[in-house]
This record gives sequence, structure tokens and C-alpha cells, in this order.
Amino acid sequence: MSAAAHAEHDHAHGHAHHDEGFIQKYLWSTDHKMIAMQYLFTGIAMALVGGFTVYAFRMQLAFPGMPVPGYGRVTATDYNALVTTHGSVMVFWVAMPVLIAALGNYLIPLMIGCDDMVFPRLNRLSYQLFLLSAIVLMASFYVPGGAFGGAWTSYPPLSAKAEYNLTGLGSSMWLFAVALEFAAFLLGGINFITTVMNSRAPGMKMFDVPIVVWMIIIASILFMASVGPLIAGAVMLMFDQQLGTGFFDPAKGGDPVLWQHLFWFFGHPEVYVVLLPAMGIVAEIITVFSRKKLFAYKTVLYTAIGTGVLSFFVWAHHQFIAGIDPRMANVFSVTTLLISIPVAEMVFVYIGTLYGGSIRLTTPMLWALAFIAEFLLGGVTGIFLGASGADIYFHDTYFVIAHFHYTFFPIAFIGSFAAITYWFPKMFGRMMSETWGKVHFWGTIIPFNLIFIPLFLLGARGDHRRIYDYRHFPDLMKAGMQDLRILATLALLVLLAFQVVFLVNLFHSIFRGEKAAANPWNANTLEWQAPSPPPHGNFPQGLPNVYRGPYEYSHPDRAEDYWPQTEPEAAKS
Amino acid sequence: MIRPIATTREMTGMPTGRLAVWWLIASEIVIFGGVLGSYLMHRIGHKEWAAASEHTNTWAGAFNTLVLLTSSLSAVLAHNAALRKDGKRAAKLLWATIGGGGIFLVVKSIEWTTEIQHGYTITANNFWSFYYTAAGLHGLHVIAGMIVMMFVAADAAKGKELQRVENAGLYWHFVDLVWIFLFPLLYIAK
Amino acid sequence: MIDQYVESISTFSGDIDNVIWVVFLIVGFWFVLAELVFFGLIFKFLAKPGVKAKYVSGERPEEKRWVTLPHYATLAFDVAIIVLAIKVWHDVKIDLPKADSTVRVISQQWAWTFVHPGPDNQLDTPDDITTVDELHVEKDKTYHFELTSRDVLHSFSVPVFRLKQDAIPGRIIKGWFKATQTGQYDIQCTEICGIGHGIMPARIIIESPAQHRTWNQSNAPKVADAAPTTPPTQLGGMP
Repeated sequence: MSAAAHAEHDHAHGHAHHDEGFIQKYLWSTDHKMIAMQYLFTGIAMALVGGFTVYAFRMQLAFPGMPVPGYGRVTATDYNALVTTHGSVMVFWVAMPVLIAALGNYLIPLMIGCDDMVFPRLNRLSYQLFLLSAIVLMASFYVPGGAFGGAWTSYPPLSAKAEYNLTGLGSSMWLFAVALEFAAFLLGGINFITTVMNSRAPGMKMFDVPIVVWMIIIASILFMASVGPLIAGAVMLMFDQQLGTGFFDPAKGGDPVLWQHLFWFFGHPEVYVVLLPAMGIVAEIITVFSRKKLFAYKTVLYTAIGTGVLSFFVWAHHQFIAGIDPRMANVFSVTTLLISIPVAEMVFVYIGTLYGGSIRLTTPMLWALAFIAEFLLGGVTGIFLGASGADIYFHDTYFVIAHFHYTFFPIAFIGSFAAITYWFPKMFGRMMSETWGKVHFWGTIIPFNLIFIPLFLLGARGDHRRIYDYRHFPDLMKAGMQDLRILATLALLVLLAFQVVFLVNLFHSIFRGEKAAANPWNANTLEWQAPSPPPHGNFPQGLPNVYRGPYEYSHPDRAEDYWPQTEPEAAKS
Repeated sequence: MIRPIATTREMTGMPTGRLAVWWLIASEIVIFGGVLGSYLMHRIGHKEWAAASEHTNTWAGAFNTLVLLTSSLSAVLAHNAALRKDGKRAAKLLWATIGGGGIFLVVKSIEWTTEIQHGYTITANNFWSFYYTAAGLHGLHVIAGMIVMMFVAADAAKGKELQRVENAGLYWHFVDLVWIFLFPLLYIAK
Repeated sequence: MIDQYVESISTFSGDIDNVIWVVFLIVGFWFVLAELVFFGLIFKFLAKPGVKAKYVSGERPEEKRWVTLPHYATLAFDVAIIVLAIKVWHDVKIDLPKADSTVRVISQQWAWTFVHPGPDNQLDTPDDITTVDELHVEKDKTYHFELTSRDVLHSFSVPVFRLKQDAIPGRIIKGWFKATQTGQYDIQCTEICGIGHGIMPARIIIESPAQHRTWNQSNAPKVADAAPTTPPTQLGGMP
């Protein structure tokens, strides 16, 4: 709190000309937009790590025992480390930084008409802690024993003792990195929440706040309220690893299942922590590109809050067969299926928004629509797993993997691509190539389905998770099963190859793209009233006032089909 | 270096600094809730921990409770002084609070040394593991609070940033409150 | 649906398949309906020159019912699924029928040890038969299993039975099964348990009463001398 309090007294404006060094400008900046870019590009770099690990272990699954080009032979130890790293990186170092930290940082001050976060220095510190956590995680690959291989859920006793996991130092580094990352996002979350509570533009009432900002705030509160027990659990597990305590060691009176409760009490809300911002992004994009008011704004908010509250009461559905009292499964089955109601309702609202629209299939709109189409499948397949009776069979099979990738991939990637392509003109002052954007879109969506539909089938046929070579299981080598594994891997290769298109398009457009106007999409929200890209301080013409909600598209009283939030009532035509 | 900019607004009617401290406290409550919840679940399942907890020094714990409560009082008085714009007096009272934190830590370290000498180390059994983990985590918060107050006191003595006296005090009350939960759970409960 | 791929040969495997089938029908219907409406709306309302979008707030009751009606429909279907799932859950995991025989399943990094009661059908007697990575059971006989672990978490999964249960060191977890068919099938460890997790397969051998009697008799005397008769709770740590 002390680090940033100076800023409270800083009313200074009009700082047009600065001579800044590279480090000051790119690495030591307190500008929320620069910090957002730091999160974004760190997230993209970590996505490459996550992509490389999945490449290596999917190749092993399709062609077991053969050396993987660019990696070499994948041993059982490697396989576990790769799977663990893929899961941890994609959730904690890609989805979280890109969806919450990068977009939250970029959008919150701009969308609420403020010049920066209320604690700019705290913001910088959050990123630095986050970067440090990523470095610690990556460094764990190079310590004796190698990176942790006990899965991203890190269940003790496997994760607690070096004699079991054989990666004593790697396990502790993984744990430290995760805990540090949580600390970074806790600080970031406090910053987000206080900024939105206190620093909205004059006239911006609660229901004038764009949905994406609401979603990021609800997600930050969810994160804050759920992560504490896991931070406590991480300290306890660290002591088990390094000091030899027995918090999770049954031989010393501890309880390994306690960790599962602490982990999933956070782990399930975490799903919604990343889902809600993605839902928010989609709300912004479908309203703009169907030129429609958001269908039932308040319903979206209430369902988001309802989902958030319910998400604290569903965690044990990850543990139906984990040895908890089987009667608990009844309670958690009920809560789990109930959470389908607000989430489904949110999807209905978005579909309803399309009704009567004037839909333009731009690249960001394609991503936003694909999010809804794909997430639906991820959502409905969750019902199989929440229904305790059916979960006995599906638990820890590839059906689970396919299910959560149908939720997480739309969230982390489709949502991020939607956001990047939509806000790119604002971020960099240039347009992205639509043609290459669409090539990348189809080159991602088609292989994505070809990866995970086979995995649903494999899961139904009994393939269980985290097995590096299925040839040891006669029942899992029946006709056709290896073909499905190979199909999934080949589709993955195609998907990865098309990400090159994205990266080239991204960097080419940053430097060579066509210059963008301030408001190229004719959108209402405040960020589009700032220049593209906005300078430090965001609104050089003075901080805006707000006169109406964010989704007044195609209002019958107006000739234009949009009505910026900042336009005074007097200018009504 | 360019100065960070952030326009101060108070849409909620509460100063941003204080609002942030409240959210910080909220997130800390959940962390301590995780430790204490885990402890209670274990404690209920292990009646034999009562025997272990008899080896804690209840009198030292009670004395420390008193010390923390007194230091919270001086934090309140510091806030009152800050409201009267009396930075010098606020700083003095904050230093008194810091002193209270210091006494707390000294007593704590004597306690721990004695216990460790008697073989009650963090690995002795799970009661002691929780004892050191929970109290240690709390101790770190005491230290953090003291460091923060040193900076705030140094500024306050010069009459600067007086609104921070209240924020530091709020945080200190929270640290105090955590101890009010820890003391009976770790020392007294049989 | 599942039984087309994985045989269904326990008394409850059919029930679990039915839950899966019913859930599939319900969510399949909603999924297809939602996607049809979704794509239908996209194609119907693609931008046309000169046509302005409608201004609909979605806050008026007659508009909102397009969300609230599906909302109640979801609730109704959820309740149906919950009732069905919980009933099957009770049969498999909570209401254990009376056992004809009990076997002990001990997992460790990275092997399964099975303790069979032997010819006298009593565990912890000298004629217990201990095997590694091979579980012998008799068809049409209700078995209880006592599952534990010597080191980390494992999970005892018999896909053809639709049976899965995590093993926890320091605890004995009970469950049951009754095979309806003879044959040899996979037992899999489905909880990551270290670098050997992928090489922890075992086989379940379901025998006819006659075969099982023969197996019991031919194995019991020889193995009995070496069989550990200590209960698994005292077997902490790695062997």
C-alpha cells in the first residue's frame, strides 16, 4: 500500500514530451498500457512453452518410443514433467496473465475513463513478481532431477516427498513459482478492484460499466476469495517437502486429501476466474459487430455473480472417487449441475443478442462467435462429469481432458485471439490483416476440433490420463485407438503451424499495418475515444464524462448506429 | 524517470488507500482462514493434540496478547493525532506501536527457543507443525506491519502523508485480530 | 453407448452406461438446439446494406422469457439427471451388498498386490493367496475389496466394471463389484503416481466357479508359506 500511495497525490497532466530510455520505457514503466503489454508478451512467450511441451508429449503418444524432432526421446520422467508443465503454464502463465492481467490492465483504466490504475507502482511490482515466477518455473527444468512431474494438481504424498517424485528441488520450485504468481495476481486484483470502485469517470454509474470490466472485477474477487487456502496449503506442502513436516503425510497423522480440498477450493473457482473475462470480451465484440444492445445487461451480471458464488460450492466434484465420504458426492453433484444454469443462461443471453442484429463477420467477431459455439460443447460435456454416477467411469480419462480443453481452449486462446484482434488497433495504432486473421482463424478452429473430438472418443473407450505409453495396456490397444491418437497429434501439428501465421501477422501489423483511426469499429465504449494508441495518461483532451450505458447501438432516435458513452445528451441529433 | 500518474477520485466515498487496505485484509483473511480451517479439521480428528498443546507457554501467549492489544490502542491514538494534523505525536505513537510489535517478537523468540530446546520442533508432530506455521505466518505479518509503520512514522513526523497513519493502523488491527484467534486455538484449547 | 467400445460386465456397469446415455440424450438435444439457433441467427441477421439492427434491451418480460424459459427447462433437466446419477452412485459407492468374498488390493509404486482369501474364503489366514498384478475373481459372486496404498495416491480402475476408486496411504477404502462374465481385462492405475504411472497395468481374471476352485487349490498351499499375513495398515513406507 505504501509503494503506490504517492500516486494518489499526483494530479499532474500534460506530460507530452519525455525522453525515456529503453528500460524506463519498456521494463520499468508504471503506465498500465505498457504493463499490459508486458503481461501480454510474457503470456505469448509462455504459450510457446506450453505449445512446445504439448508437441513433445503428443508426439510420444502418437509414435511411442520414437525420437521427437526437436526434442529427442521422451522418457517417462520427461513425459510427466512435460504434462505437468503444459498444464501449469497454460492455466497460470498464459490464461491468467493474458485474460486477467493484460486485458484488465489495458482495458480497465481506458474503459472507465481514468488515466491509470490507482496504484501504478504496485502494478509494476505485480508484473515483476509474475515475471520472477515464470523464470523460477522455467529454471526448474535445469536443476538436478529436473522439473516437477506430479501433474498440475500436485497431489501429495507424491508431490511431498523427493523419494516418491524424484524431483525434490523441481517440486519445490514449481510450488514456489505458483505461490509467487498468486501473490502477483492478488496485488494486481486489489489494484483492479479499487480502481474500478473509486476511479470511474464522472457519470459512470454501476450499470454503465462495460461487461468486460465487470467480469474482470468479479473474477478478481473470486480469485482473491478462493486462493488464500491454497497459498496456505502451498506453505504447508513446502514445509512437507523441505522440512519434513507431515501436514499431508498419513504416516505422521496428516491427510493427503486435505491438499485436494485446498487445491480444488481454489481450482474450480479458478475456471470461472478465467471464464468470466473471456465472456466479457465476447460481450463487447458481439455487441459491436452485430450493432446490437446487449440482450439483458443486468441478467448477464446476475448470472456472472451467481456463477461466482456457486463456484465456491462445487469443488469436491473433482474428488468424487478420491476417497472422500461418498455421501458428499450427492451434495456436490447437485451444486455442480446447478451451476450449469447461470452459465447456460449467459450463453442464451449472448445468442439472444444476435437476434435482429446486423452481423459483420470480421476476424474478432469470428473468434467471439467461435467462443460461443465451442464453449457450448465444453459446457454440456461437463454435465457427464458433474453427474456422480457417470463420473465414476469418466474420471481421469481423456473425456475429462477433452471436456476441459473445450472450455479452456476457447477461454484462453479463442478469447485471447478475439481480444487481441479486436483491441489491436487501440493497442498499436494499426490494423491487423483481416485476410491472414481469417486464415489463422480457420487454421486454428478446424484442427482444434480434430484434436479434441478424438480425445472424447478415446476417453469413452477408456484411455486414462498421464500415461506415456499405452502399449502396456492390452485393452487400450484395440483396433482404431492408436489411429485416433495419431489423428489428434497430427491435428495438433497443424494447429501449432497456423500459430506462426498469427505471430507473423501480429508482429508485421505492429510495425507495418495500415494506420488505424481512433474508433475503427464505431464502438461506444470509452477506450475508443482516446487516440490510437493512447499516450501515457490516456485522454490528452481531458478525462471524459459518461452519459449513458456502453451498448447503445442502433438506437432508433439516431442516424448513426452507435452512440458513444461520452457524447453529451445535447448533441443528440 | 517519468512520474506515475493516477487521478484521485473517490466514487465510493472512501479514500483509495483505505479501500485497498480493506481488500488486502480481505485476501489475508482467506489465507489465515485456510491455515486455521486445516488446523481445526485436523484438531477435531486428533484428540491427542491436547496433550501437545499443554506444552505451550500459555502465560507468554497471554502476555503477548496484552502487548498486541496495547499496541493497537496506541495505533488508534496515533490515528486520532493524525486527524488533528499532529504528525509529530502520531509518529511517536506509531513508534510505540512498533515497540509493542518488537516486544511481541522478543517474547515469541524466547518461547520458541525454549520449546525447540525441549524437542518440540516443527517436525515433532503435526500439532507443532501447525503451531509454528500459523504463528510463524502471523509473525511475518507482525514484521511487515512494523516495517510499514516505520516508513509511515518517518513521513508523519514531517507532517506528510498523514492519511496513511490510519491505513497502517487498520492493518495492525487485523494482525492483532489474527492473534486473538491464534492464541486460544493454539495455546488454550484442550 | 460405452458398451460398444468397452465391454460391460459388472452388475452395475449397465446402470452407469444408462446414466451416460440419458445425459447424452439430454445434453445432446440442448447442444444441437442451441447450436442450430445460434447459427440460424447468424445467417439470418448477416449485415445487409441499408438495414439497421433492431434496438432490443432484453429487459422487458416478453423479451426476457426467451432466456427464462430455457432457464427453467435447464433446471428441470438438471433435476432429472441429478436423481438418476445419485441413484446409481448409491448403488455403486454407498450401499454395499453383502459380500460373498473379500479381496485386498494394495497399490504401491509401481505394482499391484492382490491378497485373495484362498480356499477358506477368509483373509488373514495361512491359505491366503498373494499375487502381483493379477487379480483372480469368480463370476457371479459379490466381492468386497479393501483398497489401500503403501506410498502415494493410486487409483484402482477396472474399466469393464465401470469401477474406479482412489487408494490413499493410511486408509482402507471399501467397495464392491460382481462380475457377470468370465474373461481377462485391464486393471489400470488412474491417478498419477510417479514416473512409473504408465507402466502400472494389472489384469483381472474372471473365472467360472470351477476354474476358480482349481486356481485356489493349485495356488493356495504353495503361496501360503510366503504370503504376508500382516494387515496392510502396518505396511507403511516403501518395501
